Amino acid sequence: MAIVINGTNYPLPDDPRVSLLDFLRERLGLTGTKLGCNQGGCGACTVILDGTRVLSCLTLAVQADGRDVLTIEGLASDQSGLHPLQQAFIDHDGLQCGYCTPGQICSAVAMIGELRRGDPSYVTADLVEGPKGGLRQEIRERMSGNLCRCGAHNGIVAAIEQMLNGEAP
Amino acid sequence: MSKLQNAIVGGVRTAMGYVPGNWLPGGTPDPLIERRVTLGTQQSRVDGPDKVRGAAHFAAEVPMEGLLYAACVHSTIPRGRITELDVAAAETAPGVALVMTHRNAPKMAVPPPIGLTNLKAAGNNILPVMQDAEIRWNGQTVAVVLAETQEQADLAASLIKVGYEAAVARTRFEKAKADARTPDSLMIEKNRLKKGDVAVALQAAARSVDAIYRTPWHNHTPIEPNAATIAWKGDRLTVHDATQMLNGTAGSLAKVFGIKESQVYVSSPFVGGGFGGKALWDHQILGAAAAKLAGRPVRIALSRASMVRLIGGRSPTEQRVALAAAADGRLKGLLHHGFSVKPPHSACDEAFTLTSRSLYASESFDVVQHTIDLDVLANTFMRAPGEAPGTFALESAMDELAHELGMDPIELRRRNVPDRNPVSGAPHSQSDVMLAYDLGAKRFGWDRRAAAPRSRREGEWLIGMGCATGSFPYARMPGMTVRITLDGSGHATVSSAAHEMGMGTATVQRQHTADRLGLPLESVTVTIGDTSLPFGSFAGGSSQTASLGAAINAASGKLAVELLRLAGNDTPLAGLRPAEIEFVNGGLRKIGEPSRYESFVSILKRAARDQISVTGVSSAPLEMLKFSMHSRSAIFCELLVSDVTGEVRVDRLVGCFDCGRILNPKTAASQFRGGMIMGIGMALTEEALFDERTGRVMSASIADYHVPAHLDVPDIDILWTDIPDPRTPMGARGIGEIGITGVAAAIANAAFNATGKRVRELPLTPDKFLFA
Ligand code: FES
Ligand code: FES
Repeated sequence: MAIVINGTNYPLPDDPRVSLLDFLRERLGLTGTKLGCNQGGCGACTVILDGTRVLSCLTLAVQADGRDVLTIEGLASDQSGLHPLQQAFIDHDGLQCGYCTPGQICSAVAMIGELRRGDPSYVTADLVEGPKGGLRQEIRERMSGNLCRCGAHNGIVAAIEQMLNGEAP
Repeated sequence: MSKLQNAIVGGVRTAMGYVPGNWLPGGTPDPLIERRVTLGTQQSRVDGPDKVRGAAHFAAEVPMEGLLYAACVHSTIPRGRITELDVAAAETAPGVALVMTHRNAPKMAVPPPIGLTNLKAAGNNILPVMQDAEIRWNGQTVAVVLAETQEQADLAASLIKVGYEAAVARTRFEKAKADARTPDSLMIEKNRLKKGDVAVALQAAARSVDAIYRTPWHNHTPIEPNAATIAWKGDRLTVHDATQMLNGTAGSLAKVFGIKESQVYVSSPFVGGGFGGKALWDHQILGAAAAKLAGRPVRIALSRASMVRLIGGRSPTEQRVALAAAADGRLKGLLHHGFSVKPPHSACDEAFTLTSRSLYASESFDVVQHTIDLDVLANTFMRAPGEAPGTFALESAMDELAHELGMDPIELRRRNVPDRNPVSGAPHSQSDVMLAYDLGAKRFGWDRRAAAPRSRREGEWLIGMGCATGSFPYARMPGMTVRITLDGSGHATVSSAAHEMGMGTATVQRQHTADRLGLPLESVTVTIGDTSLPFGSFAGGSSQTASLGAAINAASGKLAVELLRLAGNDTPLAGLRPAEIEFVNGGLRKIGEPSRYESFVSILKRAARDQISVTGVSSAPLEMLKFSMHSRSAIFCELLVSDVTGEVRVDRLVGCFDCGRILNPKTAASQFRGGMIMGIGMALTEEALFDERTGRVMSASIADYHVPAHLDVPDIDILWTDIPDPRTPMGARGIGEIGITGVAAAIANAAFNATGKRVRELPLTPDKFLFA
């Protein structure tokens, strides 16, 4: 009974009511994952579970038993370094207060995978042909679960677009 | 403000009229306007790497030994008394350490209200906190549970039974209008403005419009919920808060708990969005009280439901605007009346008529607003208080008038923009809104707009273009203090209890300090965010940059004096007076004589000093009294409205801003965009739903209050005039709030151009186009 978080094993919490979000923030002190609404509405708590983005506030910690969780703290290959998307967020000023930012970045990293895999979305015109990756509308639709109240949307989309047009992460 | 304060401001204004402008602070334009090195260049945020790594720590993330978690129980009636309070099940629930109600809460004073004259107060809801059985609004906290975990606290809170005896409550806007009050003043202006006779002008006018505009309750909805981590050590209180009012919070909590300000430490290095909503509300007080009772530290992180019960929003408004114009479009009369909610326990004006007193020249004015008293949580300031709803009404009316006149809306504005304040006659410090219009119109392609509504269609989509003016006054707060410490290696550290909520405070003041002291950026560190640092005013009123700017400027003057004194006689600077020297290349030199120079490092070394420290204070903002100082913007929108569903999609937005000099184009553009995006929300979706029968906010989750999501936000073009304001530090005016102003009107005006339907009630939801 353990969760693998950023490559390290952690025993499950004793209280089954504990969400993955509270487990990360309150039990393990991994506060990079943010609590925005605790009810699935804002995306601030997004983490990557076995390669797929999930809302950690709507995921019980016990559901992650035996699975791999990647959080913002584990994105960069080394502690002080930055993942290329983190750097792109800085370059395009895809943040202001920075509170939605870890969720945006985790969400985008997994979303790029969905796009490359050819998962269709609401703005995909031709479902047979699949999405034409790199389109801003495509990014916007796929990132709409991550709210930003400061209004850093343009920079966020630009950063993700750069990432999509550049080398694979 | 009181009548007395009105008289004082009026008196100072009259006296100021005789003082030549160049005697005033900022009278000689700030030399940095011409001498910019890093100011005006794109700089990435200094805290960017921490923020993208999730390493910036917010209030609810401060670890503490033995921490207890809080959950709140809120009243379900708007007015009355608690008659039954059964906490037994909660007290014995697993993990519970304390249940606090009015029966056992410590004695606490009412918090002092936020004010423009008392920067040590930050209270919003000026009522007793858990001191009696009385219920004063629907959502008031009746119990706080502390437990070992949040889950345990939440469960125990659900076990508390509360019975009430309800009293008659005032919860209906329309009904309460009959008892509306007419305050003497709004912010620092007189409320009533009468000049000439608008009624006569309206009768005689070639063209006129007269309509009612409505805006609903709004919530700030920051993504970081309001939260605090609180601990007592004896009678010393530590609060890790999410606040835009550090010293105000410390001062208020000291008053509430009857201790000295110096016994309260408030820290808030990062705030996850504020917009006016991160000041002092009941939760910090309740958290501190509960921590005191329990003898353990407490984290009180509000749920979204608790936020709408405890953090006030922007008041709804009902505004009447009537405009009378000659055939050439010149305004003969301008009337702006209206109502907003402001109960006696609120400290904040929603001064929506202020813009109408300065934006356009009119022969006559009739402007006044009234406040409605309801049994609700106090309203508060939210991004561009007053101007956000005010510009919606005024700028919609201007568009209606342009349509009546058959005149281009930009041309109508051109004919009415005044060359000085149209009411007081005060000169503008700098103002060129028409340049903003010209630049913006060109970028936007305004010439492609069809003047006749409903002329463009693509399939089900009707396409329209609209524009509107945005506006926000300049403000600089007195008393903002900074310390500059210069060390032996020539590195300067600037510190102040200032705030970072995403504006890039440290980033921009680092640029400022580097240019001010002639240092490279790498030689400056800016430290902000807690009350152990020199006194900071609030982050509000778009004033923080100018206030910090003035304080750093003042400190640099003292630094020059101190360095000259230390340099003594064995220096090329010997015998020079402060007025004869300038900061350059990490040292001081004589103006006009570059050979007389000595570096900071050399001066400190010779004086055998590791470091020197000076403090500077932002002086009284007399320039605000002498000059008419406003930032303005021209906002352009192109959008689509579905003829089938009534859905509005914003396709393009352009904002051109006349805000003085832009200090960091990268962060400034973000701040403008952020304001404009909040304007999209205001225009299309944002409405806190209020049940008038029960006085309860119904939209008590983030899913029920619709802020713009990525797909709602198009690419937004930002431009600026970049003309320095010669009366302000660095030539800049604040930019935090103006972005939201004018946007809702530009969108509503574009929707009229698309559909021919004039919607005067926000938000512009589909039903309003389908059934109008
Ligand atoms: S905190 Fe999980 S979606 Fe908002
Ligand atoms: S950067 Fe503040 S909420 Fe997105």
